[in-house]
Amino acid sequence: MVPLWWYILLGVVLFVIGAAGVLLRRNILVVLMSLELLLNSVNINFIAFGRYYDDFRGQIFAIFVIAITAAEVAVALGILVALVRNKSTLKVDDVTMMKG
Amino acid sequence: MDQAFFLLFAAASVITALTVVLARNPVHSALALMACFLQISAIFVLLEAPLLAVIQIFVYVGAIMVLFLFVIMMIDVREAVLQRFLPGGNLPALVLLVLLGVEMLVLVLWSDRFSVTEPVVVRGGDQIRQLSTTLFADYLLPFEAASVILLAALVGAIVLARKEQG
Repeated sequence: MVPLWWYILLGVVLFVIGAAGVLLRRNILVVLMSLELLLNSVNINFIAFGRYYDDFRGQIFAIFVIAITAAEVAVALGILVALVRNKSTLKVDDVTMMKG
Repeated sequence: MDQAFFLLFAAASVITALTVVLARNPVHSALALMACFLQISAIFVLLEAPLLAVIQIFVYVGAIMVLFLFVIMMIDVREAVLQRFLPGGNLPALVLLVLLGVEMLVLVLWSDRFSVTEPVVVRGGDQIRQLSTTLFADYLLPFEAASVILLAALVGAIVLARKEQG
C-alpha cells in the first residue's frame, strides 16, 4: 500500500515546479500552463486526503477546483488573445500598461 | 504493486512537469503538460477516484489543452522561441522557491499526521452514487455558483477575444 506522505510529497514537488514556472519564466503561455500545474498538484492533495481519511469532500473540492480552472483558462486565454492583438507581445515584462 | 505503479506515474509526471517549465518552445510545453495530466489522472485511479480521473482527462486533456494549442496556433510563437530563456535578476525568486520547497518537505516529513494507514473499507460499486448524492444534496449551492461562474467566464471570454467593432 502506498503511504499517504508519498502523495503529499508528489504534490509538493509538482507545486514547487509549477511555482518555478510562474516565477521564473517570462512567456505568458508557459506561465498559464504552470498555473494549471499548481492547481493540479493541489487536486492530488485533496483527493489523497479524501481517500485516506475516508471522506468524499476531497473529491468534491477537486471537482470544484477543476470547474474554476476551466473558467480561469477561458478568461485568461481571451485576455491573451486580446493582448497579442493589441500589443503583439508574449513577454510578461512588456505588459506594464496598468502601471501608469 | 501499487507502490511500483505509483513510483512510475510519479516519476513520469515530475519529468514531464520539468519539461513544461524548461522547454523553450511553448508547443513542447503544452504537449508535456498534456502528458503530465495523463500521469496525474493515472494517480487518481490509484487513489480510487475513477470519476475524477475521467473528468481530468475530459476537461484538462480534452478541453483546456486543445484551447491552449488553438491559441498557440493563432499567435506567432516563433519570437518566443528565440527569446532569452531565464533572464537575470531572478535570484530572489529562486531562493524563495528553494525555501518554500524545503519548508514544505520538512513539515510533511516531520509531522506524523501524514502517516495514517489506508482505510480498509470496501465500498463496492456505489461509490460514484454516494459521491453524486453528496455533491447534489449537500453541495448544491456551490454547484450552482460554479455553473454561474462558468457562464460568466464563457461570456467574458467571448467579449474579451472579440474584435473591436468599427
